[in-house]
Amino acid sequence: MDNVHAFGAASGQAARVDGVFLLILVIGVFFFFLTQGMLIYFAVKYRRRLPDRDNETPTITGNPLFEFLWILIPSLVVVAIFYYGWRVYTDQRIPVAGATEVHVNARQWMYEIKYPDGRTAINEIRVPAGKPVKFILSATDVLHGFYLPDFRVKMDMIPGRVTTLWVQPDRPGSYQIYCTVYCGTGHSNMLARLVVMPQREYAEWVEHGGREGGEHEPLAVRGERIVKNAGCLNCHAVEGKEKIGPNFRGLYGSKVPLEDGKSVTADEEFLRESIVDPGAKVVKGYPNVMPTFKATLPREDTDAVVEYLKTLK
Amino acid sequence: MPVETESGNGRGYLTERGWRSWAFTLDHKRIGAMYLWSTIVFFLIGGVFALLLRLELLSPQAKYFSNHTYNVFFTLHGSMMIFLFIIPAIPSGLGNFFVPLHIGARDVAFPRLNLASYWVFAAGFLVIIGSLVAPMDTGWTFYTPYSAKSAAAVTTLSLGIFLIGMSSILTGLNFLVTIHKMRAPGMTWHRLPLFIWGMYATSIIQVVATPVVGVTFLLLAAERLLGVGFFDPSKGGDPVLFQHFFWFYSHPVVYVMILPAMGIVSEVIPVFSRKPIFGYDAIAYSSLAIAFIGFLVWGHHMFTSGMSPLANAIFSFLTFFVAVPTAVKVFNWIATLYKGSITFESPMLYALTFIFLFIVGGLTGPFLGALATNVQLHDTYFVVAHFHYTMMGGTVMGFFAGLHYWFPKMTGKMLNEKVARAAWALVFVGFNVTFFTMFIHVENVISTIGSAVLAAGILLMCWNFLQGLRKGAPAPANPWRALTLEWKAASPPDTENFHEIPVVTEWPYGYGTPKA
Repeated sequence: MDNVHAFGAASGQAARVDGVFLLILVIGVFFFFLTQGMLIYFAVKYRRRLPDRDNETPTITGNPLFEFLWILIPSLVVVAIFYYGWRVYTDQRIPVAGATEVHVNARQWMYEIKYPDGRTAINEIRVPAGKPVKFILSATDVLHGFYLPDFRVKMDMIPGRVTTLWVQPDRPGSYQIYCTVYCGTGHSNMLARLVVMPQREYAEWVEHGGREGGEHEPLAVRGERIVKNAGCLNCHAVEGKEKIGPNFRGLYGSKVPLEDGKSVTADEEFLRESIVDPGAKVVKGYPNVMPTFKATLPREDTDAVVEYLKTLK
Repeated sequence: MPVETESGNGRGYLTERGWRSWAFTLDHKRIGAMYLWSTIVFFLIGGVFALLLRLELLSPQAKYFSNHTYNVFFTLHGSMMIFLFIIPAIPSGLGNFFVPLHIGARDVAFPRLNLASYWVFAAGFLVIIGSLVAPMDTGWTFYTPYSAKSAAAVTTLSLGIFLIGMSSILTGLNFLVTIHKMRAPGMTWHRLPLFIWGMYATSIIQVVATPVVGVTFLLLAAERLLGVGFFDPSKGGDPVLFQHFFWFYSHPVVYVMILPAMGIVSEVIPVFSRKPIFGYDAIAYSSLAIAFIGFLVWGHHMFTSGMSPLANAIFSFLTFFVAVPTAVKVFNWIATLYKGSITFESPMLYALTFIFLFIVGGLTGPFLGALATNVQLHDTYFVVAHFHYTMMGGTVMGFFAGLHYWFPKMTGKMLNEKVARAAWALVFVGFNVTFFTMFIHVENVISTIGSAVLAAGILLMCWNFLQGLRKGAPAPANPWRALTLEWKAASPPDTENFHEIPVVTEWPYGYGTPKA
């Protein structure tokens, strides 16, 4: 099926969905050749050969048996397809007891992750292999989507509602998550990853407080990774053509004009404040649309980001 | 029915000159022509937006336009093509011209209402053009809360579409009454051309479904202007409600787009096969069946919106039953070709292309109707490809078939057939290269090249139309030797269509007999 799907099947569910796809494909190819074959065959065979022989076609106005058959046969075929698609879907929708629960909230333009033990993350979900996972989905501002192509599942994320999605990740690996509901300028960059880890590695990772990069990773290096993962670059370019917010390079230490007419030096405190409370001092000429990272980035992560920004001279 | 034609009394409907003769005309043919000009212009503009999208998609890096501009382009492409072209083009354009001629009437039942519907339409597109001061980037579906919060001129655009919808209701209503009340003596329901059956089913949908989208856009405007939170969860509303309202119209309306095109194909196939249509009753009633079932399936656009699995299952089940009457039509068209004496003039080429492409569009439908695969494919390029195969491969090819078929009747001039066939070849190849690639992996470079070929074909076709208008050879009254009543009128028809209202004694598909 790999030539049909751009994504491999990452779970038993996905393989069953591929089964439905394959069945419909086989039926579709059959009817394609049947109908197109007859269309082309008749068009070629019964083309007018002599200009004056056009009044000698037989008067055939219909055939009740044919009409009956081509109502009956398609009806049976579509009921069969419906039934198969429905069964596989229903199995997919019933959550298995004991699933790990992960809360995912979407906003323009990132996914905020919350684990039951209180850990938070942005745009990256880590789960152990072999255990069912239930995603509890919500949205803050507009509609977003949560699409895991490798698992063949998708669910809308809707303000004011909670939707759920359930997968059984069998194989360790890193799987792409896409936003599939158009949500504004940053929509096409609204991406996240589901990282399925072997159970031992996952346990170790949780034990280390869900930190990556080890204890001795320099702050600026860690900051750079967070800037990439947390979706900062959807709105901020490091340099070059500006996106929605100010560019990063050369920001630290510069004098920035504010909306209220004052101006301020972009020091550590200003950068930190702009991450946890972006609306406090809005830079002149940019829309006040940045969400707060107060709840999603722990203090040491904000420090790391600030350290990274300081290196961009 | 022998092919007898009227010679025309020299008072063709195009005789009168001056803008007043158009702006205040009550002639269904002139109103139809105004609709055709307007919708074709919007088709070309909407097509330019599509080409700009394809240009940007040549490479993954944004090269030519910003993200926002790209989003504006796909919104304008979608909303122009849907609301200003594909919904009105066949029903209001060709429909206005040919419904009265087909049933042997002098005009529609309410000519003033008909003119009003055009000017409401014109007001609608002027308002929509006005919304370009702050062009919208919500996609043609206007999903809330994004559309409720957007700083773009969403309110203006939705009021424009409200007007377009109103015009659509007026036209539908007019045709329903016309088809019921204005048929020539002897024109029983089972002697009606199949184009009329398609238009009848279309009109029912327009009258019943369009008010819902009108109300929906008013609610959206109220939400934006007055702060009423119909769709805003913080005020007790629900964004999913908008989707239910929107699709309650916007699903049935795809049959407003396709049923008249199917009607055109049902006319063209027998004429160029010199065979009676196969399964007249089945084709006629399947139009009504599609219109009816089409009202019950809107939820299949919302399988991932958090609806209950049971509701999803019911919508999925019903969805599959649209496939049956559609398949019945395709089988009957193909059976009509059997033992025919087929020629391949441009109307026939487009009609056969309709069947060919519509089969691809139709067979990719079950992937989207089945729940398990829908959840995977929803909101992906697969849907874009499926939709364009049915709408562009279907409706637009049917529209092109109709334009080529009726060009001599509408203008009194013949088209250059060689150029028409060359344009068809470009359209056929360009279309498949552009859209087939979208089903599998999106091969953007190939798809963009295809779109350029497609555009070249359409431009050549338009040039051919203009050349035909300017210096085409005079058309006889019945160049295709067809039996429907419009061919009894002169080319172009006189203002009152027929000197004497024809008396109908047979159905119009008696081809292949010594008479025709």
